[in-house]
Amino acid sequence: MTDFPLFPEQASSVAPLVDGLYLFLVVVTGAVSLLIWLVIFYFAIKYRRRPDNELAQEQEPPAILEMTWTVVPLIVFIGIFVAGAWVFLRMQVVPRNALEVYATGRQWMWKFQHPTGQREINELHVPVGRAVKITMASEDVIHSLWFPVFRVKADVLPNRYRTMWFEATKTGRFHIFCAEYCGTSHSGMIGSVIVMEPTDYQRWLAGGTEGSLASQGEKLFQKYACNTCHMDNGTGRGPMLAGAYGKTRPLADGSNVVIDDNYIRESILHPQAKIAAGFQPVMPTFQGQVSEEDLIRLLAYVKSLPAPQTAGATPAQPVEPAANASTTTSSAATSTTNP
Amino acid sequence: MSDVTLHHGAEHAAEPHEHGHHHPFLQHHFEDLGQQHEASTLGMWFFVAQEILFFGGVFCAYFVYRAMYHDAWKLGSHHQDWKIGAVNTIVLIGSSLTMALAVWGAQAAKRKFTTLMLVLTLLLGGIFVGVKGYEYSVHIHHGLFPGAQTYTNLESTPELTRGVELFMTFYFTMTGLHALHMIIGAGLLLWFIKRTWRGDFGPEYYSPVEIMGLYWHFVDIVWIFLFPLLYLV
Amino acid sequence: MTSTTIEDAPFIEPSTKERRNYLNDEYGVLSWLLTKDHKRIAILYLFSVTIFFVVGGIFAFLMRLELLTPEGDMFTSDTYNKLFSLHGIVMIFFFLIPAIPAVMGNFILPIMLGAKDLAFPKLNLASWYIYIIGATFGVIVIITGGVDTGWTFYTPYSTQYSNTKVFATTLGAFITGFSSILTGLNFLVTIHRMRAPGLTWFRLPLFVWAMYATSIVIMLATPVLAITLVMLMVERALGVGIFDPALGGDPVLYQHMFWFYSHPAVYIMILPGMAIISECVAAFTRKKVFGYKFVAFSSLAIAFLGFLVWAHHLFVAGISVYSALIFSFLSMCVAVPSAIKVFNWTATMYKASVSWNTPMLYVLGFIGLFTIGGVTGLFLGALGVDIHVHDSYFVVAHFHYIMVGGTIMAYMAGLHYWWPKITGRMYPEWWARLSALLVFVGFNLTFFPQFLVGYVGMPRRYHAYAPEFQVLNVLSTAGATVLAMGYLLPMVYFAWSLKFGRKAGSNPWGAVGLEWATTSPPPKENFHETPVVTWEAYDYPAFLKAMQETQHV
Repeated sequence: MTDFPLFPEQASSVAPLVDGLYLFLVVVTGAVSLLIWLVIFYFAIKYRRRPDNELAQEQEPPAILEMTWTVVPLIVFIGIFVAGAWVFLRMQVVPRNALEVYATGRQWMWKFQHPTGQREINELHVPVGRAVKITMASEDVIHSLWFPVFRVKADVLPNRYRTMWFEATKTGRFHIFCAEYCGTSHSGMIGSVIVMEPTDYQRWLAGGTEGSLASQGEKLFQKYACNTCHMDNGTGRGPMLAGAYGKTRPLADGSNVVIDDNYIRESILHPQAKIAAGFQPVMPTFQGQVSEEDLIRLLAYVKSLPAPQTAGATPAQPVEPAANASTTTSSAATSTTNP
Repeated sequence: MSDVTLHHGAEHAAEPHEHGHHHPFLQHHFEDLGQQHEASTLGMWFFVAQEILFFGGVFCAYFVYRAMYHDAWKLGSHHQDWKIGAVNTIVLIGSSLTMALAVWGAQAAKRKFTTLMLVLTLLLGGIFVGVKGYEYSVHIHHGLFPGAQTYTNLESTPELTRGVELFMTFYFTMTGLHALHMIIGAGLLLWFIKRTWRGDFGPEYYSPVEIMGLYWHFVDIVWIFLFPLLYLV
Repeated sequence: MTSTTIEDAPFIEPSTKERRNYLNDEYGVLSWLLTKDHKRIAILYLFSVTIFFVVGGIFAFLMRLELLTPEGDMFTSDTYNKLFSLHGIVMIFFFLIPAIPAVMGNFILPIMLGAKDLAFPKLNLASWYIYIIGATFGVIVIITGGVDTGWTFYTPYSTQYSNTKVFATTLGAFITGFSSILTGLNFLVTIHRMRAPGLTWFRLPLFVWAMYATSIVIMLATPVLAITLVMLMVERALGVGIFDPALGGDPVLYQHMFWFYSHPAVYIMILPGMAIISECVAAFTRKKVFGYKFVAFSSLAIAFLGFLVWAHHLFVAGISVYSALIFSFLSMCVAVPSAIKVFNWTATMYKASVSWNTPMLYVLGFIGLFTIGGVTGLFLGALGVDIHVHDSYFVVAHFHYIMVGGTIMAYMAGLHYWWPKITGRMYPEWWARLSALLVFVGFNLTFFPQFLVGYVGMPRRYHAYAPEFQVLNVLSTAGATVLAMGYLLPMVYFAWSLKFGRKAGSNPWGAVGLEWATTSPPPKENFHETPVVTWEAYDYPAFLKAMQETQHV
């Protein structure tokens, strides 16, 4: 039997916060629990039944006592809520310049794709000291991507993109676990995240030969003839995609939609669901033709398209990911059940 | 030596095993008919409350998907014939009327009248279920039963087709559950018709009919909600 | 002897003359299977839930054996997945939800109210048969290959991917739910309408208050599970996509609907336990429960607040940040009434007359373990921590502390407390104390390491695990062995006591309550004459006086 750990390593920027909160809770709740244990055993011994106290004396409980032990716990619990919420909110805000990685979960493996084109199965190489944002979906059932050493976890849903992020603070090889029961080999759906020094990471990246995700997506864009309708000069049968990511556009039914990851994905798979204003519903569906990984490549490509330069317009900028993509919850334009 | 007893002080002396002494339908664990009546009425109200939660769940899911698939929901509703639905609504409201009259009649010990009212209620309920059955057969004939192969290419786009299939799933589930409750009610009505004809009910004992009425009105009210949601979107 | 003092109270021996009671009133299998007597129905339930407790326990023990080693070498993954699924389904639907209400509630509640039976005795019998029918589906599923979706049946795995008996299992759970609903309905009407003269609401034993709150939760929550399972069955049978995203459905909607029931369900499981604890605390301290009204209203508060927190099971599932914050806040609030109860029970022991009988040992265990289970719920409600420990063994430890360290301890307390009343016999006290000790030690050894291994990173529902988790898993399995012995012993000595246990009188504990004012076992109609209540809840002197005045010794 090997050494057994009681705490996972702290390997991310939020891990100390989570552990700090945890320890705070352990101390507070441990103290209260211990107090209760001691008191009940003390009372049980001190006031045990003896022939001279067959019947106990009654007292009228002072109302102040009840009030106290109602209000004080409530305040403590709300304090715990505030502390938990604070840590949680810190985990929600994706830092700028986060490295984008795409992940697909399927029974029973994890597939990761880097923007520069590398693909990994059950392993994820990331640089230390840089925020990494993972955009992910499942190909089948609900999975959950958990990095214990980073203290972050998010369910991976079918047919919907979600994001999570972490910033690794320590190099090494650490566990990846699937944390939502997904069938036979749920406990085999595991892997490793390998955190490397930046120079090592660059060297590892350079080993890829397929070209960046976006350039792979560009090839698919042409292969599926998307460019015949979605033209760069805006004269095609389909809306112009250059510079569109993150913008709000009107739909044919009068509502607006934010062009985010989920909208792009939906438009490829279910193009009739939300028709852009001023355009005909003529786009064919690519469901069944485009795999999850191809969807990610196309997504990367569309995100990379800069706005076209026109007279008087702002110069072309690389498209920043939209602010609403920085939440770890789905910013789906398709309504999810957000109560 | 005896067992420990306490002072007997209740006004309602529960003298067991003297059958001539109390009403034949007074159950032995109740003190008197009044208590029995109150208990059974309260019981039926609680039962209706949990039924509301039961139907409430599927209504909630219905509304979630209606928001998601607004256009498909409209299309799905157009597959229903609102005129038939309206007729059925009137039939059911009528049956609630006859049921209410039956409750009054039972209390007034009008044996024949009450029996007639119950029979009418049963008849109207039967018409309702029959009409529903007819509607189902039409849907099935048109290939609209969810899960059928005919659901490909039904509407102009695959998304709308999928949405309509989902709508029809809700249609069949909701009206099916409702019809099941009606059929159970019909079975109970048969039993009550027999009891009424036998002369069981009168001013001091009519609560079974009353709670049957409660149940029947509840099933009616569920339909009042179902009709606009499924037929009049 | 013309008076009864507390010292004499323990064993007022029944007369040698054969007494008619509900057990010997009628004989024959049919007199049991067609009984309308709530006491006999309670015994029918006692047999059934015990069998399922053993079945569920065997599944757990097999799981723990597998988890001795990191590799999945004892069973195939599919088998292991079925084991944990069936363990949860059997324990929750066929043991924990019915046990205390249908065994102790059925037996004791009418007697506590001074009634002759529940409001609807035939419905009560129907409840048992409905339970048996639902449970039979469960047995059929177990025999014909099992189900591997987990007791939570998350979609789309359960509807489109699992090739096990999902439909039959959900049908069984659906049917069993109606047994629960009808029992709750019966209790509510009985409490409202069949209290004995003089028994006002605030003279009711706290057991009744908690069972009342439980029944409200049962009536309002269980139907939602029923309809959710109906939709699950429709999806599975027809291949449509109510909850399947590939066909347009929303799997998160399923989770919302499922947990809308299943969170209140945990209060259905714990409130009856708290009900028993209140009774036993009063009985074994010979004192009024401290803060009676606070304890009574805290049951209602738990029932109400319990409906408002379900989405804390969905913190990582993709709900919005706003939802997460709201539900985290509400989850903190629901902890308060439980804390109030713990403090009040503890305060009851102050300057009391505490006996160390077996029920009290279980009570002490309950208070200690439920406290730990409850505070670890705070960990889970705190968003920042939950992200890390959700779906890990930390959660498994938390709910076992509440359900086993809490509910099952309370069940054992109640079983020992009311055993003399139910059977007319005393169990052997020293064997019972030994079992209580084994349960306490075994339980902590089994489940405390699971908090640790969960935080370290072991996910739940894992057949095989990373090697560094082994030490904690071995400790846990060792504990499970001790725990199993602690549960097997009572089965032996309770059976033994039926024939050889010392005969018990009406009030072997010297406790207050209408159930102690009638013989052990009670007569079929519970009381020979309808009692009139003139004492406040747990008022020993007044109750003793009333007993003395009516005793003809």
